[in-house]
Amino acid sequence: MSTTLFLILCLNGLQYGMLLFLIAAGLTLVFGVMGFINLAHGVQYMVGAYLAFAYVQLTGSFMLAVILSLVTALILGLLLEYFIFRHLYNRDHLDQVLATFGIIIFLNELAKVIFGPATLSIAPPEFLSGSIQLTETLRYPIYRFVTIIAGLVVALGLYLTISFTRIGMLIRAGATSAEMVSALGVNIQRLFMIVFGVGAMLAGFAGVIAAPIFAIEPGMGDNILIVAFVVIITGGIGSIGGAFFAALLVGLIDTLGRSLATEILSTIFNPSFANQIGPALASMLIYILMAAILVFRPKGLLPAKGVS
Amino acid sequence: MKKHLKQLTAGVALSAVMGTAAFADDIKIGMVVTLSGPPAALGQQIVDGFQLALEQKDGMLGGQKVELIVEDDELKPDVALVKATSLVERDKVDFVVGTVFSNMLQAIFKPIVQSDTFLVSPNAGPSTFAGRNCNPYFFVTSYQNNQNAEISGMIANEEGFENVFTMVPNYQAGRDNIVGFKQTFKGNVTDEVFTPLGHQDFSAELARISTSGADAIFTFMPGGMGVRLVNQFANAGLSENMKFMSVFTTDETTLPGQKDAAVGFLAAGSWAPDLPNDANAAFVKAFEEKYGYIPGSYAMQAYDTASLLDSAIAKTGGDMSDKDAVRAALKEADFTSLRGDFSFNNNHYPVQDFHMLNVVKRDDGKFHTSFVRTIAKDYADSFSQNCKM
Repeated sequence: MSTTLFLILCLNGLQYGMLLFLIAAGLTLVFGVMGFINLAHGVQYMVGAYLAFAYVQLTGSFMLAVILSLVTALILGLLLEYFIFRHLYNRDHLDQVLATFGIIIFLNELAKVIFGPATLSIAPPEFLSGSIQLTETLRYPIYRFVTIIAGLVVALGLYLTISFTRIGMLIRAGATSAEMVSALGVNIQRLFMIVFGVGAMLAGFAGVIAAPIFAIEPGMGDNILIVAFVVIITGGIGSIGGAFFAALLVGLIDTLGRSLATEILSTIFNPSFANQIGPALASMLIYILMAAILVFRPKGLLPAKGVS
Repeated sequence: MKKHLKQLTAGVALSAVMGTAAFADDIKIGMVVTLSGPPAALGQQIVDGFQLALEQKDGMLGGQKVELIVEDDELKPDVALVKATSLVERDKVDFVVGTVFSNMLQAIFKPIVQSDTFLVSPNAGPSTFAGRNCNPYFFVTSYQNNQNAEISGMIANEEGFENVFTMVPNYQAGRDNIVGFKQTFKGNVTDEVFTPLGHQDFSAELARISTSGADAIFTFMPGGMGVRLVNQFANAGLSENMKFMSVFTTDETTLPGQKDAAVGFLAAGSWAPDLPNDANAAFVKAFEEKYGYIPGSYAMQAYDTASLLDSAIAKTGGDMSDKDAVRAALKEADFTSLRGDFSFNNNHYPVQDFHMLNVVKRDDGKFHTSFVRTIAKDYADSFSQNCKM
């Protein structure tokens, strides 16, 4: 195993981690601040990707499509909050799961009706379509570096907002005790709406930047939602910092595990056995990681302060 | 009532003239395909291909009016089973046409053949029913699943590839394809990589491919996986130094998402939209006019299935009661296949030619697989000798 290969794997792990973070950030806030289980969060990732596809078709410009998609994703998030989720905050978790699961099915089918069931793809923007020659035969697309940077910028922005602004302070307070914040005269309904809208927009953003790398298809958000839940539980519910580190950890372990599990096993067992076990073990690694962390830190890596 | 009587007497008169038992009811055909989720594109091609054939024959097969009942198996074995059972028991269909996926076929197989109803698969061709468990009521109009991979091994030999990197999703069909490929490939398989089903990011695997020193990659990545792999493969610059060889990865269902990235990639198959024969040219033209997309092998196989049923029903004069006669008529395969030569083996799987295909861009900017040369003539599957039929 060469150093280049290891470097590439780490870059991929980082990039996957950033993508997970963008999705998990909204999920952990909505779950932490409002105590609301939003299964439809993954589908908002898919919506982002389809919006990007539609706007690229309409405008022909990727950058314009990114901006329009973000605005549309935000509006869609706010509309969903206003018309559906708002009425579920005081219901129990089963009702929330049922309602948001219904939204998943509805939006997945809607995407199929509008765009057809086939897999779609969009090209990365022209000025980012180059690549860096890593080895003689292998190039690494610049676009992937940009997604890492975009993730870092969003993470920094969220950190600054939550730590140093008034709205951030309210969000932190809301995560600890929503009733108390409300009793102090803060319009908690509006706060929830903002958190929800931003969360939906971040998931949409993840979908937009993932669209040129991965393919766009109905149901593409369903699997990533499960991993996003692993991330927020590992990181500590309601904690942006926890989500960030957990996302990187999950991204790296998953990527490295998939490539290395078979190789490591084949040094111990015979190759065909390793080939059978390796891929299965690799896909379990992140769940084993989550279980192990929960044994030692039941509230996650960096739990939000005051969460009981 | 009077009117009915009139029709009846007219019918009797007509049948007397024609000398056949034209009393048979409409022919009922049930179809079980996947029409939900991302693989719906495949099921849709099958429905479209079959309906095109029906339409061209004025809604009749073998001169009999046909009632087609289309069911969605949702890619869930339990759903497929319920739908198939109700087709057989409630609707009392004469034929069931299905399925897209082999695991759906396994689910519906027993209740259909045990009720003495003919099951014709327009796509799935598992090894399970090709050998010892072959069945008099089961026909396959597509291929046996291993065959395309076996042909890929032959292509690799003919093209002079010595080291081939193989990568498939970690499930039954993926493993079958590697077995099939290794059965005929004489060179060296550098790696066997198994990815999770629905894999998103291939860059780790691409890094391994680039350091493997292989001349070519063989893969089986149907649907969205294929779109992602091909685009990422091309973006990583690997297409310049390596040949890309695959089955069900660059076909008419995935090419709209792969576009230029897939041009020149090799594939194995029994058919391509530009396979040179008159029936095929007419089919592709009519299909594109009606549905606005280039048909893939799924649509072609469904069209052939309709043509097969047409020939069999015509031979029996629409009489479905004598099962042995219907079976004999099906077995003859007396229809013009879009693939050219087509016949059934003793196990009711096809014996047909297989070709090397590559991906081309058409003048109007659409992409399709294109016939290069024939690799194996009258190629039969390797399980048929175990079938006692």
